[in-house]
Amino acid sequence: MLLGEEDHFNEEGEFVINIGPQHPSTHGVLRLKVWLDGETIKKVEPHLGYIHRSIEKMSESFSYRQFGYITSRMDYLSAHMNNQACALVVEKALQVEVPARAQVIRIILCELSRLSSHLLWFASAGLDLGGVTPFFYAFREREAINSIMEETCGARLTQNFMVPGGIITDLQPDFQKRIKEVLKQFKDNYHEYNEILIGNVIFQNRMKDVGVLTREDAIALGCTGPVARASGLSCDIRKHYPYDGYEKIQFDEVILTGGDSWARCEVRMAEMLQSVHIIEQLIDNIPEGDIVAKTKNVIKLPKGEFYQRVETARGELGVYIVSDGGSTPYRCKYRSPNFSNLMAIPHISKGHKIGDLIAIMATIDLIIPDIDR
Amino acid sequence: MKTLLSYSFSSLATHMHNWLKNVITNDLLLTVTELVIIGVCLLVFLILLAFFLGYMERKVAAFMELRLGPNRVGPKGTLQIVADTVKLLFKEGFTPDAADKFLFNLAPGIIITTALLAVAPIAYAKGFQLWDINIGVLYISSVSSMAVIGILMAGWSSSNKYSLIGAMRCGAQIVSYELSIGLSLISIVVLTGSLSLNDIVESQANGWWIFKGHIPVLISFVIFVVASTAEINRAPFDLVEADQELTGGFNTEYAGMKFAMFLMAEYINLFVVSAVAATIFLGGWMPFHIGGLTGFNHIMDYIPSSIWFFSKTLFIIFIIMQFRWTFPRLRIDQLLNLEWKYLLPISMVNVLLVTLMAIMGWHF
Amino acid sequence: MFLKEYFGSIFSSIKSLLTGMKLTGYYFTHHNKIITEEYPDNRAALKMPERFRGEVIMPHDEKNEHQCTGCQSCELSCPNGSIKIITKQEIQPDGKKKKRIDTWVYHLDMCTMCGMCVEACPTTAILMGNEFEHSQYEKKYLKKVLNKPGSRLKDGVE
Repeated sequence: MLLGEEDHFNEEGEFVINIGPQHPSTHGVLRLKVWLDGETIKKVEPHLGYIHRSIEKMSESFSYRQFGYITSRMDYLSAHMNNQACALVVEKALQVEVPARAQVIRIILCELSRLSSHLLWFASAGLDLGGVTPFFYAFREREAINSIMEETCGARLTQNFMVPGGIITDLQPDFQKRIKEVLKQFKDNYHEYNEILIGNVIFQNRMKDVGVLTREDAIALGCTGPVARASGLSCDIRKHYPYDGYEKIQFDEVILTGGDSWARCEVRMAEMLQSVHIIEQLIDNIPEGDIVAKTKNVIKLPKGEFYQRVETARGELGVYIVSDGGSTPYRCKYRSPNFSNLMAIPHISKGHKIGDLIAIMATIDLIIPDIDR
Repeated sequence: MKTLLSYSFSSLATHMHNWLKNVITNDLLLTVTELVIIGVCLLVFLILLAFFLGYMERKVAAFMELRLGPNRVGPKGTLQIVADTVKLLFKEGFTPDAADKFLFNLAPGIIITTALLAVAPIAYAKGFQLWDINIGVLYISSVSSMAVIGILMAGWSSSNKYSLIGAMRCGAQIVSYELSIGLSLISIVVLTGSLSLNDIVESQANGWWIFKGHIPVLISFVIFVVASTAEINRAPFDLVEADQELTGGFNTEYAGMKFAMFLMAEYINLFVVSAVAATIFLGGWMPFHIGGLTGFNHIMDYIPSSIWFFSKTLFIIFIIMQFRWTFPRLRIDQLLNLEWKYLLPISMVNVLLVTLMAIMGWHF
Repeated sequence: MFLKEYFGSIFSSIKSLLTGMKLTGYYFTHHNKIITEEYPDNRAALKMPERFRGEVIMPHDEKNEHQCTGCQSCELSCPNGSIKIITKQEIQPDGKKKKRIDTWVYHLDMCTMCGMCVEACPTTAILMGNEFEHSQYEKKYLKKVLNKPGSRLKDGVE
């Protein structure tokens, strides 16, 4: 039996397709229900929950030393930042001073993972638009960064390096040398990204004037990170609510006003250079001293509510903990950047083509496990 | 040495013909036997060619992407494509429940038939041509545009929404780009005054058209390569498949040998457009000649004409492969913009220029 | 003016496309830049970083002695419950009864390699090993007992 007209179209005569949950360009198990008029998108409806692992509920049974590790599995490309947020909220509650050495190492590793995350964005953005080659050029540098993570933290993605009070182990001896090698490799190859993808006229035409998110909409939808900064919204937590000594570091918050996919691309490309700039400032100035502040063996948070936000590679991650004075959180809530950024997709993809929806998803740069948690 | 050089496909064919004539006396039977032999030889050649192009594409892609490419099966991975074909042979020839079963199973056949038909008038070497039809250019451009029927059939009968969108895109795309291909071919037809591929090759004895025809022919050549890339649905114009958008487009529901037929048709089409481009613009089997330099031309003639033809064809195939592994995909409206706002107006003006050039005799 | 823009856009587009093709062409001809590692073939030369967390191991010295006192810190610190320590009472040469480990059960199938057991261990009895080729045909093979048969606590470790 051939599908008749009534099967292809819904009651209103609209052509409905499901992009996902298994689809090459949703980068995971996101399902977008798309109403189409020919090639033009009339409406998009995201359906979530395919990778819900109840991380928030699990955190309630974990001790304050344990609950950080599982956040590596939320936004797995910003694992360091997620761990850091959990460590920071415990430090804030206990009012522990983190040693200067630990702070600097934390920043270096976080910026490295931001760099590697944006490299992965570059790779997958090219892939989503049908260019396979940029993927490998970006992964070459990302591989070098991952090797450093492996040598320093013991794992490539789910590092679990930040603990309440500082970091888990001290740096390996040739850390600085390796970082400098990677940064040099990155800077030598940066022009290739422009040549292969960013400067390409097809890529620019695919990106420009596509998915325009205005500043007002970005605020209303709660967008953060590069997505909001491309819309002209200054929202960098590192600047506005500095943590772990970001206030002492010179860097620019990249803000563009275009709001379209192209602006989001440019913000990320510029942020890569800013991350390199931050690491270069710190790499020769790692202070000596302790790597972890003394905390009790079993951490008990005072009764109350604690909130800490950090800037991950995709925006603002907030950790909210309600403590009843015990050794496990009473309630744990993560404000994940991807969930809010996802909500921009239905809004900005209306009236565009199917190919544009893919381009918009690529530039919003979603990590699906972070949406569901 | 001399005998080795004079050895060519045409003499082999003549020997075969004479031998068969002695064995089979019936004229009709002789013709049929010869046709069958030619058909089998051609099919074997094309299958081997598709294998080679599949291997070449993987290696080209791998080297451009800092990878090694296939390197496990056979020496340097040369047998990888054979292993893949064996795998596809053993897969279930699945037909979806909701599909229109007759059309669904017919579509791969249509696509591969149109691909095979277009091979007929190509001249592989000096005097070695399956069918020296006097309207070869017209024949190729009309037959190759029939591929759209197969793709529409596959997309519609799969009863899959992604496939349907892919098939719709295909209709718009192939019909549009057909125009530019025709116009860029016409520019050479105007210069040569003949539609026969053999005549076009002969007319390039004192230099290939791309050198003789100045800038207008160069523009036609570029337009032909771009438009034929779109015509055979290869990236950056692979909107019909568009893995990242439509999860495979018109061939989403196909598996096993039916899918392999799509793949083979793609590579045969790639060979056909490259061979046509090589024939029309780069002189086909004609060696590199410069008008007036007899000694130089004589040295060039020592290289067998089939090697000239295949190296030119492979060069264009490589260019088209490099397109695929360098550029991101266009959007559907940009694809049509490129054709209707850029390629078509430019090729129309270009045809005028070439006509002027032909009338005034400005070419060499 | 229109023509100037029209042809200007064409030339800038062609230039950007040729730049990309130049780069891919460069890598096509420079095979020494290939970054592929042929994994199962380079197994002999493959060296994992010292800190790489592949699995939990319990080092035994040449006298078949380990350093685990059975304090169960690791068991408590493990977020996934992949460690189970079964203890027994052992009569010491001086006649006192002391708690010693009987079996140190490690569920590799539940382990996420977070390394928190190693952090918690007061006697560095367990370490993270570099072995990463854990694939097995059945899940039961992933349940391991880390203390070797007949092993005992090293003298002087409390």
